[in-house]
Amino acid sequence: MPNELESEQEIKIDLKNPALAGVLAWLIPGLGHFYQGRTAKGIVFFVCILSTFAYGVYLGGSSEWGWGRVVYASWRPNHRRLPFLCQIGVGLPAMPALLEAQRAANGKEPLFGGFMAPPKPIGDPNAGRRLAALAKQPTLDDLHSTLCRYFDLGTTYTMVAGLLNVLAIYDACCGPVFTESRREEEEENETPDDSGKSA
Amino acid sequence: MIDLPVASMDVKDFWFSLPLIVTVSLVYAATRHELMGPILSHAVRIGVWIVGFMMIVLAVLLTISWFT
Repeated sequence: MPNELESEQEIKIDLKNPALAGVLAWLIPGLGHFYQGRTAKGIVFFVCILSTFAYGVYLGGSSEWGWGRVVYASWRPNHRRLPFLCQIGVGLPAMPALLEAQRAANGKEPLFGGFMAPPKPIGDPNAGRRLAALAKQPTLDDLHSTLCRYFDLGTTYTMVAGLLNVLAIYDACCGPVFTESRREEEEENETPDDSGKSA
Repeated sequence: MIDLPVASMDVKDFWFSLPLIVTVSLVYAATRHELMGPILSHAVRIGVWIVGFMMIVLAVLLTISWFT
């Protein structure tokens, strides 16, 4: 194990263009690492984050209302979907929610059978064209009564996936985070060399 | 009598935490190492730590629900 840590410290990581890697890592989890040639870590991020997000999308759906009901964007005054701020961390996989929200705001019906579409607004005088566009969609009450705790589980899974990708984006931009113990090890390794030079 | 959620929870629901613990451990460890060996060993340590922490919280909640 110490040998592995020592060999790990000797690795020079070529981050290439860190900003581009960060954007790629946000769009598709792991893509930034593939771009940098860090394939093993790219696979870890890709599989872990996307499978977590996909499982959350699966849990937050039903054959009656369609899939992906827990991932939707809504920023109306009386219904701000705050979990979406975390879910958007996975990038492209959460983008259909933005597309559906934009279509609903323009009075257009959702695509893909309501996949990631916002629920029908009820009792909202400011709903405007959204009410007509989302007339065939379930209300939030419908979703909660149908999915029960799976609505919260799906929301949690998709939120965690988005937050984990924030860590992956940081890793793509800046490389691995050095822990305090590894810093101390490095300092200990450096100290004898310095004293040797001075002597 | 106050019925705490943990007391009425179905035990099989705890299995939903397993995939999250695995992925969180792996991704967190992967942001701190570059090679797969250290990543996996660090992930195991984090996973054990998370499970231990959750067990302590569960024990505290069960104790509180037993007294109420």
